[in-house]
Amino acid sequence: MESLSVFLDMGGYGHFVWPAYGVVAVVLIVLMIESRRSLKSAEAALAAMAPTKDGEEGSKA
Amino acid sequence: MFHRFANPTRFLRFAAVVQPWIAWITVILFAVGLYLGLLASPADYQQGETVRMMYVHVPSAWMALFCYSGLAIACAVALIWKHPLADLAAKATAPIGASFTFLALVTGSLWGKPMWSTWWVWDARLTSMLVLFFLYLGYMALNNAFDDPGRGAKSSSILALVGFVNVPIIKFSVDWWNTLHQPASVVKMGGPAIHASILAPLLVMSVAFTTYYLWVLLIRIRREVTANKVHALQMRQASRRGQ
Repeated sequence: MESLSVFLDMGGYGHFVWPAYGVVAVVLIVLMIESRRSLKSAEAALAAMAPTKDGEEGSKA
Repeated sequence: MFHRFANPTRFLRFAAVVQPWIAWITVILFAVGLYLGLLASPADYQQGETVRMMYVHVPSAWMALFCYSGLAIACAVALIWKHPLADLAAKATAPIGASFTFLALVTGSLWGKPMWSTWWVWDARLTSMLVLFFLYLGYMALNNAFDDPGRGAKSSSILALVGFVNVPIIKFSVDWWNTLHQPASVVKMGGPAIHASILAPLLVMSVAFTTYYLWVLLIRIRREVTANKVHALQMRQASRRGQ
């Protein structure tokens, strides 16, 4: 357990090192989730408009 | 070979095959890079444990410049050859590059406080990176500012190309002006001036950031291709209703 607290302390610089890694993790994960969600919603919109294959013919509404 | 993927439908098929591979490579590289960077590598004899911030700061900054170069190339290709995927690739790259620039600024600030005892200085390297961030935001805002997506793409492409002048300024700012920021130590004449135990995690993390970029880029281009199809169908239905 002591080695863990030494590791987290980062030679007294833990207050700077961990937020740096934290902000990188948060931004990269949020960007990935947002990109996937955006793709999914575009695909859903396409599927709703063009039930037939390849999106060539839309519904004849 | 490049032209074969110019067709958006073919690109979608290509992306579907490649994407899972890139995803796994990214996850493995991040695991190895974090292990090497946080556990296996030694502390620096001058900077102590703060050197570990380099493993996220430097890759972020490199990717910020890499993405902007890619953005400018895609914009040039879109303007000159009207390549169907180039506009989409540019639009897909911008938010990723903006994120990397933001991370380079924030992690640099967190590293600057213990090492330079200040969060921020208005010197050439830091200021030109901030300008890069605003260039990304400006590109994105201009791209969305027009009702006609074609006009938005054209105007923002010109902005991106003009803004490219900032990239060599960032790269050479540490040589041209006095700055707190240290000069290049990896990409330099006579080889890297960094010990292998510190260079290894830096390079692994840099490759991880690059494959992460490609992974998100594929997803975002797929999104743009799909959104374009939706838009084309809406236009066709609207014109049919008008007849």
